[in-house]
Amino acid sequence: MSLLADAFTVLAVLAGLFFLAAGTLGLLRFPDTLSRLHALTKADGLGLGLIVLGLMPQAGSLLGALKLLLVWALAMLAGATVGQMIARIARRESQ
Amino acid sequence: MSATLLIDLALAFSVLAAALWTVAARRAFEAVVGFVAFGLVLSLAWVRLGTVDVALTEAAVGAGASGVLLLGATARLGAQTLAEVRDQPAMALRIATGFFCALLAVALGWTLLNLGDPAPSLAPLAAANLAATELGNPVSGVLLAWRALDTLLEAVVLVLAVIGVWSVAPDGAWGGIPGDIQPPRRDPALRLAAQIIPPIGVVIGVHLVWTGAEAPGGAFQGGTVLAAMWVLAWMAGLVRPPAVSSRRLRVWVILGPIVFIAIGLLGSFLADGFLAYPAAFTKPLILLVEAALTFSIAVALVLLLVGPPKAAP
Repeated sequence: MSLLADAFTVLAVLAGLFFLAAGTLGLLRFPDTLSRLHALTKADGLGLGLIVLGLMPQAGSLLGALKLLLVWALAMLAGATVGQMIARIARRESQ
Repeated sequence: MSATLLIDLALAFSVLAAALWTVAARRAFEAVVGFVAFGLVLSLAWVRLGTVDVALTEAAVGAGASGVLLLGATARLGAQTLAEVRDQPAMALRIATGFFCALLAVALGWTLLNLGDPAPSLAPLAAANLAATELGNPVSGVLLAWRALDTLLEAVVLVLAVIGVWSVAPDGAWGGIPGDIQPPRRDPALRLAAQIIPPIGVVIGVHLVWTGAEAPGGAFQGGTVLAAMWVLAWMAGLVRPPAVSSRRLRVWVILGPIVFIAIGLLGSFLADGFLAYPAAFTKPLILLVEAALTFSIAVALVLLLVGPPKAAP
């Protein structure tokens, strides 16, 4: 059972790292602010979510796992908010 | 090479890279972004060293509160920061600055390499006497029992800082609402976040203080989180601070140091001396001091972040 949990952790964290790397690549390579934001907020939210999902079986307790989930929710909320604000400013400056 | 060594090396490299970026950045805003990143990576390094208390403080106060203060300063400097880049200091001054910084780095490195083995430490003594405080977290024991004077002075420094910020208010604005009259931005996304996050953040802040007795946490970390929640709501235009002439506001700012000093004086009569706790009430008194300090730290940080009053009351 613990072998299964470990395999799940490795797979999920690797998948999360892939999305984080993809988001960073998008930030570096995409041509304009809005596309870069799109890559960063969406891919990073998914990447962090997969890492949190992978680490939840390793948290040791249900409370620990829920705290990890809360960290992900707060990071998503903060990322989405800041993404919106930057996008609004970027659109205003381009007009 | 083991995996943990790789992680530690990557962390150390990131700390150095963020520090270099902060120093080398051409514009103040970029330097502040580097400073915040530096603080966050550094707090991870503290976690790796097993000092979660320091990591929490670095993340909350070092990266968070100081970062926001520096961002505010950058915004207020505005166009002047660009002029600063053009007027570079004289070559002799730059060489002297570089020389003395390098000298300091070499001296610190030399000291670190020549530390006695084992390094001189009061940690075993603190751990052995922790039971007397009835606390489970040795850091809280040191901060509120054995080195209580340091903690008291830190709390007093915050009050002085608030007085310092208020003292730069223009004469006409004195007594008014601190900070910009119109909140800087009334963004709908920010408003939504400022309605959802504070209830969670207040619970986390109070939890950090409460758990500080037994596990990493404490008044400064918790107070900073509480202050951040209020500033978030302020930035979204949801709340307004009371006027600086408000007596209640001023009482909140000094409440923590006053309670601390009062309990310290109580120790002069009922225990061994100033800031000593009567043995039977050690833990309740420490918790009382922590609670009052948290409140005052949060209010003082908010006032520092919001800034002096700008318009007439």
